[in-house]
Amino acid sequence: MRINPLIIGTLVLLGCCVLFMTLNSGGHWEFILKFRGRKLAALLLVGMSVSTATLLFQTISRNHILTPSIMGFDALYVLILTMSVFVIGSAGFNQLPSQVVFTLNLVLLIAASLALFGTLLGQHRADLMRMVLTGIIFGILFRSLTAFVNRMIDPNEFATIQVRSYARFNYIDVSLLTISVVLCTIALIACWRMRRQLDVVALGYETAVNLGENVKRRQTQVLILVAVLVSVSTALVGPVAFLGLLVVSLARLVAPNQTHATLLPLCALIAGIILVGGQTILEHILGLATPLSVVVDFVGGLVFLALVLRKGWT
Amino acid sequence: MITVENLNYSVNGTQILHDVSVDLPKGGMTALIGPNGAGKSTLLSHVSRLLPLQTGRVRVDDLEIGHCASSDLARKLAILPQQVHFVTRLSVRELIRFGRYPHCKGRLGPKDHARVDAAIEAFGLEALSDRFLDTLSGGQRHKAHVAMTYAQDTDYLLLDEPLNNLDIAASRALMALLRDLADTQNKTIVIVLHDINFAAHYADHLVVMKDGQINCTGRPEDLVTTALLRDVFGTAANVEMVCNKPYVLP
Amino acid sequence: MKRGYIAALLVAGTFVLATISLFVGVISLGPRDLWQDPASWTLIADSRLPRTIAALISGSALAVCGLIMQTLVRNRFVEPMTAGTGQGAALGILVVTIFFPSAPMFAKMALASVTALFASLGFLMMVRRLPPTQPLLVPLVGMIYGGILGATMTFFAYQTDMLQFIDIWLNGDFSGIMRGRYELLWIAAIVAALAYFVADQFAILGLGRDASVNLGLNYNQVMIMGLVVISIVAALTVVTVGAIPFIGLIVPNIVSRRFGDNLRQTLPLTALCGGMLVLASDIIGRIVRHPFEIPVGTIMGVLGAVVFLWLLYRGPRHAH
Repeated sequence: MRINPLIIGTLVLLGCCVLFMTLNSGGHWEFILKFRGRKLAALLLVGMSVSTATLLFQTISRNHILTPSIMGFDALYVLILTMSVFVIGSAGFNQLPSQVVFTLNLVLLIAASLALFGTLLGQHRADLMRMVLTGIIFGILFRSLTAFVNRMIDPNEFATIQVRSYARFNYIDVSLLTISVVLCTIALIACWRMRRQLDVVALGYETAVNLGENVKRRQTQVLILVAVLVSVSTALVGPVAFLGLLVVSLARLVAPNQTHATLLPLCALIAGIILVGGQTILEHILGLATPLSVVVDFVGGLVFLALVLRKGWT
Repeated sequence: MITVENLNYSVNGTQILHDVSVDLPKGGMTALIGPNGAGKSTLLSHVSRLLPLQTGRVRVDDLEIGHCASSDLARKLAILPQQVHFVTRLSVRELIRFGRYPHCKGRLGPKDHARVDAAIEAFGLEALSDRFLDTLSGGQRHKAHVAMTYAQDTDYLLLDEPLNNLDIAASRALMALLRDLADTQNKTIVIVLHDINFAAHYADHLVVMKDGQINCTGRPEDLVTTALLRDVFGTAANVEMVCNKPYVLP
Repeated sequence: MKRGYIAALLVAGTFVLATISLFVGVISLGPRDLWQDPASWTLIADSRLPRTIAALISGSALAVCGLIMQTLVRNRFVEPMTAGTGQGAALGILVVTIFFPSAPMFAKMALASVTALFASLGFLMMVRRLPPTQPLLVPLVGMIYGGILGATMTFFAYQTDMLQFIDIWLNGDFSGIMRGRYELLWIAAIVAALAYFVADQFAILGLGRDASVNLGLNYNQVMIMGLVVISIVAALTVVTVGAIPFIGLIVPNIVSRRFGDNLRQTLPLTALCGGMLVLASDIIGRIVRHPFEIPVGTIMGVLGAVVFLWLLYRGPRHAH
């Protein structure tokens, strides 16, 4: 008898959540529930966003090694954020409600990513390798530009962004939690509704067109969703380089079939387990100061190399 | 009927199709032949909307390409491209099920399942139906792809050099099956073929292309002559009639 | 003849840039101050001149190393700082700083060179397993490999509270360079210069293993020699100024587009261009946001990424 990985995943995730909420609590329940509850919600939200964005991105690029983060998506978000501080100035920036800044950045990110990745993915029979390399270089470019703009900003204003530009799971910006929940829910429902169409797009351009899918339009829709999801996760915890790749690769390994109806929830579950479980282990069991993202990047990087070295690019 | 009018296509300044106008009759099997680089696959890709129209018009019955919904066309016309790269791990049955997508958008009803089963049976894939595609041989995988277009159950079936990499037994089996589809189920088959003898033997109608233009169209027994081989293919080969079909001697 | 002409131009350009570099910085200093204010000579001797020399040396040495690495790996898109060598060196320094904080500078250097060598060897092992038909896979693997080494380093740095050092080592910056704190770089200059004398052997290695064996070359020995050169230069640069990305990639590519691939002929030009480019970037970094400074690593990150993208799309189809 085959055991459904979705059920196991749900149970493990629940276990992780319980441990996360209760370990080393010291009995201050009222405070713990509020403080850790928000953190838990943010972690789950980030897990869902990152894993869904990665899966969608792999589907439209028809490639199991690419992730939005490898292609410099979240670096682009940080760059846009930095640019807006540079343009408005940190005084103005801090006066604006964070939700307004977030929405503005989101719109800019969607526009920029459609212009950039839309053309990149739109190339008919594109050279995938060149595409990945382009993405990585874009990532470096965005990060270097961010560093450059940071230096151009008055050193006093520099601090405004510095706190936002690297992944930190122990300090989470909760002011954006509500808007993130709303956006994320809308995006995830949209993804779920197009799961069958995504299955068709995953078959490749020719086959999808033959089956009557408008691949170009679907790519645009997916890129918008990816931009929303990446913005949510980056705004909450900062860039997480290899989390998506790690999660989706694991999900493909254990999934009984490769349809999006299975992969979407499975990826979200695995992402939640890695984030909540990993954070529990690092913070409460091992007591390490290192952020989880560093460990995830290390393991995720190894997964990437393994994927590339094992399969090559056929 | 498929009507192509004044089709031009160029990539990076190189003109691949020159003002192509041709009618592909409804019913029976039409084969596109011609030397390498004649534009056969490009023409087929335009009819199947895989390439964007630059100038010209293409109509499939009452549907005009570029103006009709892609999903409507998917119920009328199916294409089997030259190469299909899959990154997804699919079983044979899962792949064939996708052939029903244009009809049911992924929610398969009893009729759809019946058609999937019929496709599996027609191609003798019963034993392989639960195997993953990447565990199959090239020939078996190819068969599964054809079975998917079979399940799509369209009036028109377009195939781009489907005999590449198939051995003689598989090639003959596939051609016989396509012949049967045309004869018993009234499907229209449009096929790009490299081997003139296969084209002459199985097709009802030939479209000969050269340098991005239509050279001539007609019945195989009228067209395939020593003159055609010399003028279009640039080779001095002899043609003999075998069982009332022209046969190019190697 | 033509090449000699261009080389002369480059030398002249280097002198012009070096002169400009002496008079650009936080403290304003004009040529007239030299005979009016004796303190200006101290400024030049202690800070401006060392900085200029450091930029020239690290630029040319890294460009040369990039060229050597591209020849050894037989791929145009790799360079030490984005393929693990630089990160390996930084990892070595981190380890020695954690465990033997009082070790002499030279010992730290030596260990960093060793770890850089091992990191490069690891990269080479992986590259050998990649299909030769996919040249772009090589830089891809290199960058991810560098990222993994970087994550390892960040992990240890977090645990030992040394995060700020990582930034210093991985983001090249000349603002801290002064007399007494850059002299190790001369070793890098000497090592890179020595590479000139074995250039032909590297060039043969670039033809592939079979060709090298056929020509009677000890393949492994020359390969190790090349990696040692790269590792020492990378370690010295990382320790004294920090990693400068892309220099080793874009300079050899541009030089080779113009002058071909004869290593012995292109090495001096590559060195000159590398030195000039880094010095120019440093000067830009000093001017753009005066009186603050933008690290040369940042400037090269932007510039290098743009040129890399250009090479990727406008360059020759065959990346070998």
